Amino acid sequence: MPPTMPVPAASPPVDISERRLVGVHAECVTNVSSTEFPGHYPGEDHSWDLNAFRRSLQVNITRLSQRSIDLDLIGVDPSIANAIRRTLIAEVPTIAIEHVYVWNNTSVICDEVLAHRLGLVPLTVDPALFEMRDDDGDATDRNTLVFKLEVECREKPGAPADSSDPDELYENHLVTAGMLRWEPQGEQADMDQLRGNPPGPTNPNIVLAKLRPGQVIEMECHAIKNVGKEHAKWSPVATASYRLHPHIVLLKQPPLGTALKFANCFSPGVIKITDDGIGEERVEIDPQRVREESMSREVFRHAEFEGCVKLGRVRDWFLFNIESEGPYAPQDLFPAAIRVLRARVGTIKRAAEALASGEEPEVGGAVLNEQGNNADEDIVMMES
Amino acid sequence: MAESIPKITILKGAAPDLSAATFRLNDESHTIGNALRWMLMKNPEVEFCGYSAPHPSENAIQVRIQMYDGKSALTALIQALDQLDTLFASIDEAYRANLLAGKFERWDEKS
Repeated sequence: MPPTMPVPAASPPVDISERRLVGVHAECVTNVSSTEFPGHYPGEDHSWDLNAFRRSLQVNITRLSQRSIDLDLIGVDPSIANAIRRTLIAEVPTIAIEHVYVWNNTSVICDEVLAHRLGLVPLTVDPALFEMRDDDGDATDRNTLVFKLEVECREKPGAPADSSDPDELYENHLVTAGMLRWEPQGEQADMDQLRGNPPGPTNPNIVLAKLRPGQVIEMECHAIKNVGKEHAKWSPVATASYRLHPHIVLLKQPPLGTALKFANCFSPGVIKITDDGIGEERVEIDPQRVREESMSREVFRHAEFEGCVKLGRVRDWFLFNIESEGPYAPQDLFPAAIRVLRARVGTIKRAAEALASGEEPEVGGAVLNEQGNNADEDIVMMES
Repeated sequence: MAESIPKITILKGAAPDLSAATFRLNDESHTIGNALRWMLMKNPEVEFCGYSAPHPSENAIQVRIQMYDGKSALTALIQALDQLDTLFASIDEAYRANLLAGKFERWDEKS
């Protein structure tokens, strides 16, 4: 988690209509689902309108680091925000070690456990450079990367006799991810993108195994491209999550002398205590920091604050947090997810159009082959 | 293996004019299912739309669409897919514009 919470560069409007709010009460939440569909409200048209959507849509990036990004996505339905989140976790491809050939392993950690640990190491390879490998397909230089892991632990010559520190006593007593050595296959050796940035782990310091003198590990690891729904090791994110923007309405001032107790019912900074000059404290909500509210609902537990506030969340205001873990720069993940989603929608649309243009679809067994479209082929990393 | 399973099948029991039909989308999940359901419900010609993932071990979803006035559910499906695509394109565009504007805090995150 970031040490401090994001402060938005430009704060979107805070006058939120009742219809956009999810009610948060002491024991329940209300108005969870959106009702803005055609025919729900008499005299209102809620059919899909791209221009209206574009007008209300806001994407505000609030914070960016070399590992994560925070952004506000405002004006979309939860189903859309959730589709992006799910795609980020499960369908944006990366490359990870899948097959491990063990020539020798005399360490105390057994082959399958070590192979599993190797699989989980995030690699720095741009997935756009490689093809997906079929289940029964052969390994080629276009779909497989080969890494060698060859480590032998030895006594360090001249180690102090009274030392018990393995760093002083032994060489190679820690097998780390940085010891994976890339072996270019075929045309990989001539690819500028790989030569300039040789494939390897994103973090060279991950400890994979520990050795003692005489123990040896010799392995060949084959890394392939796949997606997170197959195995979490192919997920490009550590987490991709969102929460709804909190909404607090101050209905009346808390009783005299309870301002601090009132403020302490909320996350730090959300409630400002002001002095009106004659020693009377007043509380107000800091609109810039309402987003930091944890929604603990502590305020509802105290009888003296009854009727002071109304809590809610804005149903179409998503505070995304995406942590990259792998080859993608954090700012490239969101567009990558949208590209995967659009490719998916395109595949279904082509199938539906083929179904519509074909002769009378045979109900109960309409046959249509999936177009030979690979949703991942057009994933291209953004230049940053 | 994969080429033998059609991407879309129309389940039996559909109206002959396809004004009410259940479409089975192979290799799809809640990701597309819920978004597609929402977009179909935004269409005033759609009387009812719902989707289900019939079983966790079946890699497919089923989308039920019922139309007013005998209109084609397949046409509504294609239209909704098209609208979903433009929706995602708009979000992408807004994201890129905001990223380019660069009005955000940059900070150094230690691993």
